[in-house]
Amino acid sequence: MAGRRRPLTGGAGKGAVTAIPYAWLLLFFLAPFAIVFRISLSEPLIAQPPYSPLFGADGSYQGSFFNYDLVLTDEIYRLAFLGSLEVAASSTLFCLLIGFPMAYGIARADAKWRLVLLLLVVLPFWTSFLLRVYAWIGLLNDTGLINTVLQDIGLIADPIRMMQTQFSVQVGIVYTYLPFMILPLYATLERLDWSLVEAAQDLGCSATKAFWKITVPLSLPGIVAGSMLVFIPAMGEFVIPALLGGPDTLMAGRILWDEFFSNRDWTLASTIAIVLLALLVVPIVIFQAAQQRENR
Amino acid sequence: MKQAVVTAAALVLLPLAAQAEGTVNMYNWSDYIADDTIANFEQASGMKVNYDVFDSNEVLEAKLLAGGTGYDIVVPSGSFLERQIQAGVFQEIDKSKLSNYGNLSAEILAKVAAHDPGNKYAVPYAWGTTGIGYNAKLINERMADAPIGSWDMVFKPEVVSKFADCGVTILDAPSEVIEAALKYLGHDPDTDDKAAHDEAQALLESVRPHVRYFHSSQYINDLANGEVCLSVGWSGDVFIAQARAEEAEQGVEIDYYIPKEGTVLWFDLMAVPADAPNAAGAHALIDFMLQPQVAADITNYVWYANANEASWPLVDKDVFENPSIFPDEATLANLFPDKADSARLTRTRTRMWTKIKAGL
Repeated sequence: MAGRRRPLTGGAGKGAVTAIPYAWLLLFFLAPFAIVFRISLSEPLIAQPPYSPLFGADGSYQGSFFNYDLVLTDEIYRLAFLGSLEVAASSTLFCLLIGFPMAYGIARADAKWRLVLLLLVVLPFWTSFLLRVYAWIGLLNDTGLINTVLQDIGLIADPIRMMQTQFSVQVGIVYTYLPFMILPLYATLERLDWSLVEAAQDLGCSATKAFWKITVPLSLPGIVAGSMLVFIPAMGEFVIPALLGGPDTLMAGRILWDEFFSNRDWTLASTIAIVLLALLVVPIVIFQAAQQRENR
Repeated sequence: MKQAVVTAAALVLLPLAAQAEGTVNMYNWSDYIADDTIANFEQASGMKVNYDVFDSNEVLEAKLLAGGTGYDIVVPSGSFLERQIQAGVFQEIDKSKLSNYGNLSAEILAKVAAHDPGNKYAVPYAWGTTGIGYNAKLINERMADAPIGSWDMVFKPEVVSKFADCGVTILDAPSEVIEAALKYLGHDPDTDDKAAHDEAQALLESVRPHVRYFHSSQYINDLANGEVCLSVGWSGDVFIAQARAEEAEQGVEIDYYIPKEGTVLWFDLMAVPADAPNAAGAHALIDFMLQPQVAADITNYVWYANANEASWPLVDKDVFENPSIFPDEATLANLFPDKADSARLTRTRTRMWTKIKAGL
């Protein structure tokens, strides 16, 4: 029966539907990527635009990969990438540790509460992101709310230095990206077949063991999706370290800003952007390939 | 046929003619103009002004280099303008359209010529110094005989370390701070000598552990709130902090001085982009700004010195006689312009700066 039913969309319609995301990717990802890549092959110039043309007056090709040489060999960039990696990885971990129990709680809550709880997760988005990061300055400052309250109740004598440290950057990133972890986790946990967990428990499996053997493996797609949604933007994050971070917060996003604006070296900034992208895309591709092999 | 040509020409020319009256787009620094300057111009000229603000030369420059900004007047600082002129970003100022150009001080124009030879592309808007803002009470509590008036406050580790706990900040402006350090060490600030730069780097690195952050605007609020106590900052911005501290009435008092060893003297200059949609309107607005009363009103409001000699008698006495705003001859002689660096020197200095900031 099912086999004989004609698909709702014919060949042409299907083509059109899949063409839209491809066109989108082409227009808003591949085309800008090509432009950035092209700039990364040039040398900086004092001109408008401030980089050398790819082809000389006689039509000869004069691009080169020397910017890549610099980015890959110079320790500043390596340290910046490592700094970003460290912050992004630990933020992802913290988001997961905080986000999983929350998503779990929402998924197992009474159906009439779920919508309200989900709404509460999304609610902060109604305030500008920038404003919410600024609010953290008011909380974490030496003369901010947390220090004043702790001093007033006599717990501490001198304010604890929290602003412009690695700590404030971490707090800002975890706070900002937490919803991106909770939402995909919730989506998988909500569809999870809980009878499997009950069956395991019926068969004598302890609650903890059932959690690790059944719930966690089944929610893996949500964990992966949430982790990527946190990790990838955190790697290139610029605004939060710029507002909350101190001078020693060395991150790729800030180095990129410095190259582009302070150094007015668009070519090197483009190179850093490309390298950052490669660093992010390569593990995703490997992961996808591994998953497909597993599925087969 | 002839009719058609005339019609076509009229169609092409009409919008242009209308635009000379129409709208002027100005892109200026934030907190940098009197409340009523723009409104007064609109009333006097019948033109409309879109007034937009930025807070860093770098952001302005990135827009100008990308082209097609749509702005008719922009206000970069000297060293940035110098490079932007080389990049071909601006059109020459038509001085025949500026009836008030003669109000400008010849002496200051001569200094500006270091950035803009012959004063061809730019008209001075305001000028100031890169110096030190401080919270007198907090400094005094920590060091009664603090060397106020000298760069020692920031560049001597044994001095600056005493203020680390109340908050020391430095402008995130590589070229200016490195040049101040070079001058402090007795070098020519424009040198590209490697040994001199190594020495400046060592000096800044020795100070670095006592610096809370490097930022070019955050310190305004933080000084005013008592969150930090010692800032390398721009004169007018420190005065803004001073005014905000007074308004807040929390007992915070902020002062500013020009370090006696010499420091950067900078100019913010009005220039017209080559692709400005309304160059005629830009000239009209620049000419308006050059009227003595208009220039004096702006200075009285923002507390940055102007280059308009004819306006000086109209500037409030406590502003004009404040040596931190209008320095005397002896101080002025010790100030130097922040000349534009070559691409190579920029790269050297930015990388050095990144290392210093990150404490590498």
